[in-house]
Amino acid sequence: MTKNLSRRSFIRVSAIAGGGAVFALHLNPAELFAQAPPGFTPPRFDALAFVTIHPDNTFTITSKNPEIGQGVKNMLPQIIADELDVPWASCKIVQADVDQTKYGAQVAGGSTATPTNWDPCRQVGAAVRQMVLGAAAAKLGVPAAQLTTVGDGKVMHAASNRSVTYGEVAADAVKQPVPMLSMVPLKAAKDYRIIGKPMKGVDTAKVVKGEPIYSIDFTLPGMLWAVYQKAPVYGAKVETANLDLIKTLPGVKHAFIVAGASPQNLTGVAPGVAIVADSWYQANQARKQLKVTWASHPTSAQGSETFQAKADEIGKQAPQTSLRKDGDVDKAFAASGAKVVEAAYMYPFISHTPLEPQNCVAHWQGDKIEIWAPSQTPAAGLAIVANTLGIQQSQIKMHLMKVGGGFGRRLTNDYVAETAYIAKQVGVPVKLLWTREDDMGHDMYRPAGYHYLKGAVDGGGKITAWKNHFVTFGVQPDPNAPPSPTPAGYATAANIAGIQFPALFVENFDFGDSKMPLGIPTGALRAPGSHAFSYVFQSFIDELAEAAGKDPVQFRLDLLASQKYPAPERGGDGFDAKRMIDVVKLVAEKSNWSAPRPKGTAVGIGFQYSHRGYFAEVAEVTVSADKKIKVNKVWVVGDIGSEIINPMHAENLVQGGVVEGISHLMQEITFKDGAAVQSNFHQVPLLRLAQTPPVIEAHWVKSNNPPTGLGEPSLPPVLPAITNAIARASGVRVRSLPLSKHGFKWA
Amino acid sequence: MPFTLNVNGKTTTVDVPADMPLLWVIRDVLNLKGTKFGCGVGQCGACTVNINGRAQRSCQTPVSAAKGPITTIEGLSADGNHPLQQAWMEIDVPQCGYCQAGQIMSANALLSQNPKPTDDQITSAMTGNICRCGTYLRIRQAIHKAAALAANRPTQTARAGAAE
Repeated sequence: MTKNLSRRSFIRVSAIAGGGAVFALHLNPAELFAQAPPGFTPPRFDALAFVTIHPDNTFTITSKNPEIGQGVKNMLPQIIADELDVPWASCKIVQADVDQTKYGAQVAGGSTATPTNWDPCRQVGAAVRQMVLGAAAAKLGVPAAQLTTVGDGKVMHAASNRSVTYGEVAADAVKQPVPMLSMVPLKAAKDYRIIGKPMKGVDTAKVVKGEPIYSIDFTLPGMLWAVYQKAPVYGAKVETANLDLIKTLPGVKHAFIVAGASPQNLTGVAPGVAIVADSWYQANQARKQLKVTWASHPTSAQGSETFQAKADEIGKQAPQTSLRKDGDVDKAFAASGAKVVEAAYMYPFISHTPLEPQNCVAHWQGDKIEIWAPSQTPAAGLAIVANTLGIQQSQIKMHLMKVGGGFGRRLTNDYVAETAYIAKQVGVPVKLLWTREDDMGHDMYRPAGYHYLKGAVDGGGKITAWKNHFVTFGVQPDPNAPPSPTPAGYATAANIAGIQFPALFVENFDFGDSKMPLGIPTGALRAPGSHAFSYVFQSFIDELAEAAGKDPVQFRLDLLASQKYPAPERGGDGFDAKRMIDVVKLVAEKSNWSAPRPKGTAVGIGFQYSHRGYFAEVAEVTVSADKKIKVNKVWVVGDIGSEIINPMHAENLVQGGVVEGISHLMQEITFKDGAAVQSNFHQVPLLRLAQTPPVIEAHWVKSNNPPTGLGEPSLPPVLPAITNAIARASGVRVRSLPLSKHGFKWA
Repeated sequence: MPFTLNVNGKTTTVDVPADMPLLWVIRDVLNLKGTKFGCGVGQCGACTVNINGRAQRSCQTPVSAAKGPITTIEGLSADGNHPLQQAWMEIDVPQCGYCQAGQIMSANALLSQNPKPTDDQITSAMTGNICRCGTYLRIRQAIHKAAALAANRPTQTARAGAAE
């Protein structure tokens, strides 16, 4: 840690009108993260959060990250307010604008908000409290050490029975010495009053009254509305468009062709036609008369069927890349008494479909642009806008809007870049709003994947060998490079770490992958990677358990208890088998795993280490003779560390993760002639209330580990829990998704 | 062409094309943004409003076909005190919250016809509304809660009914 004072964390304080004070906490990452869990990349920030103490003893706490439904607008401020030791009801929570030099990393992704902000947010609250105590000590003429707070917004001096409010001394607190953040004493967990307490969503009252708080609701005076037509085949250029007619239609103010990025670049602004009108209705009506001729494109022949056929062919060959190799799988397969199981698994492309369609407002004025965006990654938004318009990021001002669902779709800022481009053409405020068809046809899809597995168990029922050839998708690392039959890079979210369980736990292990070229944009979908791998690997573990004649829970516990190779420092968050054993045992107990179930009904289990969370889930499923599936109940046990910061929202997120995981089982996006086949919800059956299990129980193992995030890790295990239950209830092992391919339907 | 609408107890005349969906009239002409656009084809329920007390998909209702008093989420109560709003807050139903106005308006139509619905009746009435975040169990719980709150507040129920 540097001793240079200017590099130290500090609090910049300033008095505000009426006697209050603003506390801007400028934090040195090196200092802050000295005690953070190893492996986290410190966010690039000089400042983290604002606390404002008002003279009337109310407080404003700024929430720095995008709120996409994950509840971060409660979670981060709850941590600050607890250490500040003030009443939660006296805190007003406001959303920060985009300014990473002021607030630090502003991201909604990877379940990172809790682990990266747990220490800093506590230190922020505690440091401001310490300065308030200093000011109160001066006012009361007593040593600060004799002062206490009990969470009611007052500072008490018990010996003289006197107190002052935070608001009364806020202006003086500004003049107090600034504590060094890493030295600020923090509360003991037993003293938390807000952390770990169920707190209702700070925006819930506005939501239920229909207040205009979402990005789609935001308007500016004189604003025009835009629609944007892209080619069904990704990256295809416009050859001709009937713009002369479009410009004559009611309300239409502008209609123009956008050349877009190079045809292979699926990360920049895609080529298309923009129509800008007085209202969105008029722009969209005009679009119905738009006729475009699209240029031919190298990927116009790609399709799901050809992907599958090619994967099957590649799967028979040696993998292009070895991801991990331990022992000798071939020797283990040939050993006497070995029972060998081979299986080919696949999962399809699926879409994110957040319910709020992509939208954004931008206003280009001279040499600068102001943007209002529902982005999960505003910093990446600034970068793509700067790149698209050929300007500096300093010329962009971006506001974060409340987001109607993220799920990873808004990690990509394509719609922001489109809006910025259109705004620069029209020179007045403009709002781009996609249709659902735009969204489903131009998603950054969860990539499909194909796994060719072979495993063996010995006479004792132990897994002796595990071999997997994962056939996935690749793209050229340079998005403007010409396509290659042997792409050097992975398509986004199409890669997998060689360490993925059961690596390390099987003596003979051989894991490799091969990449097929892809001309479809892909991206991370909630619990990226792990939601798909969990389905495949946890299903195949059940297949091996069956070959071994073992109970699936005991088989897993035995496997988890027999680690063969040490975990490398995988970013310091290496898989801890003990934590997984604990959640598996508890979920078996809570679900009464071994209890007999009626004919046609069975329980299945899956577990997954995902985004630092340990989750095991059991599903009880009834399968009728005509293949109708009813999920009767799901039990979830999670270990995300020592604290569940907001239990009110945590249960909601667990249930939502389970609902989404079940939904994945029936969804697919297929491609034909280079384009997505499905266009709206009539073809992509999202789970509805009727199919939701009547009970989804959430239980916690509160282990002695720093708290980690909950946006993602509850999702993956429910997929294999259900497919394993289906196999046990019906005898049908589902090795490819969606379930409907095998004649299954929801009851 | 002009259409006279009764929205949330107020009569207004809008000059719009006859086939313009009620959704866009409500959102962009009347500037009531609580009613949401989700799919445009009547599949997701985010745009649900009550017309004559019945749950209708406003994205599939041409303004010319919107006959009768219309209630949107903003018209449910002046102050957020409607039993459904109170129940939604108490159970803390939302995650992203985008679908919830539509969910509440479907629930309102249900409760106005069936003040004490069973689980199955709730499931049946709510199946047209997608919650992408998966808050379904809390939605069901909140509808039961709202039914109980309404039963204890007869004047509130009467007022909500009268508004439709």
